[in-house]
Amino acid sequence: MTMTLQATAKPVVAAKRGQRSRAASFGLHAVLVVASVIAVFPVFWVLVTSFKPDERAIEPSPQLVNNSSLDNYVDVVSGAEGSFGYWFANSVLIALLTTVIAVFLSATTGYAVSRFRFPGSRPLLVSFLVVQMFPFAVLIVPLFNVLLALGLQGTSIGLVLVYCTTAVPFCTYMLKGYFDTIPTDIDESGRVDGLSPFGVFWRLVLPLARPGLAVTAFYAFLTAWGEVAFASAFLSAEDTSKTLAVGLQVFVQQNRVEWGHLAAASILVAIPAVIVFYLVQRFLVAGLAAGAVKG
Amino acid sequence: MAEVAYDSASRIYTGNPPVRAVDQLNLDVADGEFLVLVGPSGSGKSTALRMLAGLEDVDEGAIKIGGKDVTNVPPKGRDIAMVFQSYALYPHMTVAENMGFALKLRGTPKQEIKDKVAEAAKMLDLTKYLDRKPKALSGGQRQRVAMGRAIVREPSVFLMDEPLSNLDAKLRVETRANIAALQQRLGTTTIYVTHDQVEAMTMGHRVAVLKDGLLQQCASPRELYDRPANAFVAGFIGSPAMNLKTVPITAEGAQLDGLTVPLSRASLDKVGGLTEVTFGVRPESLKLAGADEQGMELTVELVEELGADAYVYGSVRIGGTPERFIVRVDGRTPPAFGQTVKVALRDAGEIHLFHPESGARLEA
Repeated sequence: MTMTLQATAKPVVAAKRGQRSRAASFGLHAVLVVASVIAVFPVFWVLVTSFKPDERAIEPSPQLVNNSSLDNYVDVVSGAEGSFGYWFANSVLIALLTTVIAVFLSATTGYAVSRFRFPGSRPLLVSFLVVQMFPFAVLIVPLFNVLLALGLQGTSIGLVLVYCTTAVPFCTYMLKGYFDTIPTDIDESGRVDGLSPFGVFWRLVLPLARPGLAVTAFYAFLTAWGEVAFASAFLSAEDTSKTLAVGLQVFVQQNRVEWGHLAAASILVAIPAVIVFYLVQRFLVAGLAAGAVKG
Repeated sequence: MAEVAYDSASRIYTGNPPVRAVDQLNLDVADGEFLVLVGPSGSGKSTALRMLAGLEDVDEGAIKIGGKDVTNVPPKGRDIAMVFQSYALYPHMTVAENMGFALKLRGTPKQEIKDKVAEAAKMLDLTKYLDRKPKALSGGQRQRVAMGRAIVREPSVFLMDEPLSNLDAKLRVETRANIAALQQRLGTTTIYVTHDQVEAMTMGHRVAVLKDGLLQQCASPRELYDRPANAFVAGFIGSPAMNLKTVPITAEGAQLDGLTVPLSRASLDKVGGLTEVTFGVRPESLKLAGADEQGMELTVELVEELGADAYVYGSVRIGGTPERFIVRVDGRTPPAFGQTVKVALRDAGEIHLFHPESGARLEA
């Protein structure tokens, strides 16, 4: 009794956890501010450039505002420069299809690998890892041959399949790790309560795995959204069948770069990615952490 | 309501050699009975329960619920409700949704679900928490939700897999009584798994003791305590454990150090030509003897004082080797550590004799 009284009466001398001195605080924030500026500045400058006419984009003494207007955006969106509408539609279609297919396949696969013991479950996981080791450049020709054999060359669905080959193995690994953190008691409880095995997956495990699903969806979306090499190799050369990332190259020509239009288009490309990120960000930390610990 | 029957049911895990987790289990549970499966870890008690639930395959034999063979019926077709050790509540549903989930899957009308959940919640004192998620509940409340989820379904059999082991000691004793009372009231056949023999003795109408996948004995708690079928059951049931020692036997009786325990003619006949038996005596059947009485010399090594009683742990030399004995003595006058006391059988003290090799009970 007296012990505790004394202990509480004594003034606390040592700094509490989470408290730091003024100097340390200043130093820390200074570093953070500098790092933030370095990270944000390029994006900011692209935004600034996107409002300027092409010829004002690069100047000896750069200015924030110089004949700025929305002309670049109008040009890009109206299709006066490039076929932005087509590119955008293609990208959205391909990215969404990739996301839906990849998440569905990897969720079912991940659940099977996490819960069921079947011959070849380990080799399956190992093969997923091995597949990830091939560089993109090596895969382009064989994948093209595969698409050719399937009669899918130049089609969006062909490209979606190609993206799934990268997205599914990674997402399966992530989701397997996430499913492993959900106790199997819950599955069993659901089965006793009257669910079929698929019902357990659909009504109990998937809702509980939402953070993991969000992260994998995000990953699959980005895989398809910003990808250039496969998209330019596998889609037909027609301007209207390109994706955004490929289409942007239109603004970069041999002798002339349309900086203003390129910047405006880039900003437009970034917006959907930002929206997706915003939607899933609250799940990201939990999902990444859980996926990272196991699997 | 239904009776349950295990008919030579076995669960065999493949491996080298294959493990018979549950071996030829034969067990009949009457309608409305509270049967406890008890045993040390790895005894197959949980596996036996999971076989009944349909969560574990039955490799040999059959399982019947209400006279119907359910050996190959999936869990949802067995009309059972299970309470898991971890409770296995659905974290993304509220308490009310958790409790009503099985009914919802069955297509019960919403109002009926609501009424039944409300009724069960009232019974379990959960009405205030119906809108909460499981993570906002204490351990005891979660346990009650798990119970409620089982009750709401009105199944023909309740299965409980160590439902109290995650509670603290005081709550466990309280909940133990509540579950027993609830089962009495509902009259639903219940199979209850525990490793705690006190739980088994206090709750079960009958207790089935398992070891290494084999059923050792299935009897009422009293029978189990008074007439254990073998040395394992004798040592497992009762706390502190029965003193079980291998002692030489002569025409006069069992020869303990300085103490001869006379045996009845019937017992001697049963012992037959054996020169040694496993001799069992519970701590409460022993007493401290006066200086002039016959008795074993026991050197006190530890005294556990429990208030009314005290347990004296000490060693006795039997055939030259020190053997540990536990004796229950009056709590107010326990011997001191290091003291040597004389121990003898109480006047009405019971003894148990078991075969030294097989461990089977030799009828006394």
